[in-house]
Amino acid sequence: MAPSDVKVQLLGSWASPFSIRVQMGLKLKSVEHEFIEENFYSNKSDRLLKANPIHKKIPVLIHSQKPICESLLILEYIDEVWTDGPSILPSDPYERATARFWTTYIDQTWFPIMKELEKAANDEAKATVIGKVIEGLVLLEAAFVKCSKGKSFFGGDNVGYIDIVLGSYFGWIKVLESVGGLKLLDGTRTPGLAGWAERFLSHNVVKDVFPEPSKLLEFYMMVKAARVSSA
Amino acid sequence: MATRDVKLLGTWSCPYVNRVQLALKLKSIEYKFIEDNPYNRSDILVKNNPVLKKIPVLIHGNKSVCESLVIVQYIDDAWPIGPSLLPSDAYDRALARFWATYTDDNWYPLIKMLRQAEGKEEKEAIIAKLTQGLIVLEDAFVICGKGKDYFGGENIGYIDIVLGSSLAWLRVTEIVVGVQLLDHTRTPGLAKWAERVISNDVFKDVLPETKKLLELHEKIQAFIKSST
Repeated sequence: MAPSDVKVQLLGSWASPFSIRVQMGLKLKSVEHEFIEENFYSNKSDRLLKANPIHKKIPVLIHSQKPICESLLILEYIDEVWTDGPSILPSDPYERATARFWTTYIDQTWFPIMKELEKAANDEAKATVIGKVIEGLVLLEAAFVKCSKGKSFFGGDNVGYIDIVLGSYFGWIKVLESVGGLKLLDGTRTPGLAGWAERFLSHNVVKDVFPEPSKLLEFYMMVKAARVSSA
Repeated sequence: MATRDVKLLGTWSCPYVNRVQLALKLKSIEYKFIEDNPYNRSDILVKNNPVLKKIPVLIHGNKSVCESLVIVQYIDDAWPIGPSLLPSDAYDRALARFWATYTDDNWYPLIKMLRQAEGKEEKEAIIAKLTQGLIVLEDAFVICGKGKDYFGGENIGYIDIVLGSSLAWLRVTEIVVGVQLLDHTRTPGLAKWAERVISNDVFKDVLPETKKLLELHEKIQAFIKSST
């Protein structure tokens, strides 16, 4: 049975970068699927708890009734199952290792620093965090130069693993820029990344997948207010 | 494929390094082990892992690969001859990666936390989390092992390497804290699996001896005490 004959569902959320990146992966591979919006912020559904009993988190891809959890693992699974169409990961073992290294860095080191920005109590703390975020972007600039080899994306001519993972954070990058009154992707400091960002945001894979910035900002304000009132 | 220079920067006592050694050994890959002092990082480490400055680092020819899970998968990809470390089925592969990440992010850090915990209440809370995690891993063993000896089935695989590399420090922690974490009554499948793993020749060659690790633990404790 071809993978396309089997039902595919994605439990996710419009606001979550981890869910957005899976949608991008499915779009890139033209995989028809049912998107099920889960309220990941409060009151998790029985369906989500059954599909991901260990972490109770979105996204979860359900393929032939089998759940696959953790966004990076889901992307690798999509790449391995739907082999017609563009590859998400490179085929060369060293380039695959490099792609896995940078996606792990982005998720485990860089983005958690971004989240510290909203907890920064004063201007000094904010400046320290912004400094760390920019240091990370400078490292990612060097990674872009190395991985792209002069082409448009980290994946070369085509959008790939690192593009999708870093790109999935754009909505939140814009929210933090507008809330913090700063510019993170700067054409002077990180010209490669700034150019990449423009190209990525106009790529077909992100169409209809990215939340509207105003909607995301509203969501962010609501979550922040809820945190303050429950503290 | 021509055999090129393979070097591993690491330290004998680090489970993240041990798992890379296990992978290299399972694939019969010859390599040079370069001991790196965890308290005084060498230039060669900083040059080959400038972003995170951590061991292990695999240097294959002129290429450096960092992060233990990335390295183990690289070894499986770059040396396709010899036993596969990851399963061939895509779903089984996703499961293997899931449990490896669970081990590293949710379970293994608790072992060091337990050794460092002060006070009975703090220790008991961590022990509860650790034992709950082992129960979860017992279920994973049943699903992934499918009744065979290892998580990888008949042969040692990815989860066996990742979880197995934690057994040395798990044993030391049990001794130091005076608690049995891996228990035949609570998690019989996993307890038997652990016995099989530590008596396996490949693991015996790589995992540090309990006595040596205990000595290291005591040295570290003495150092911490003298500097506070």
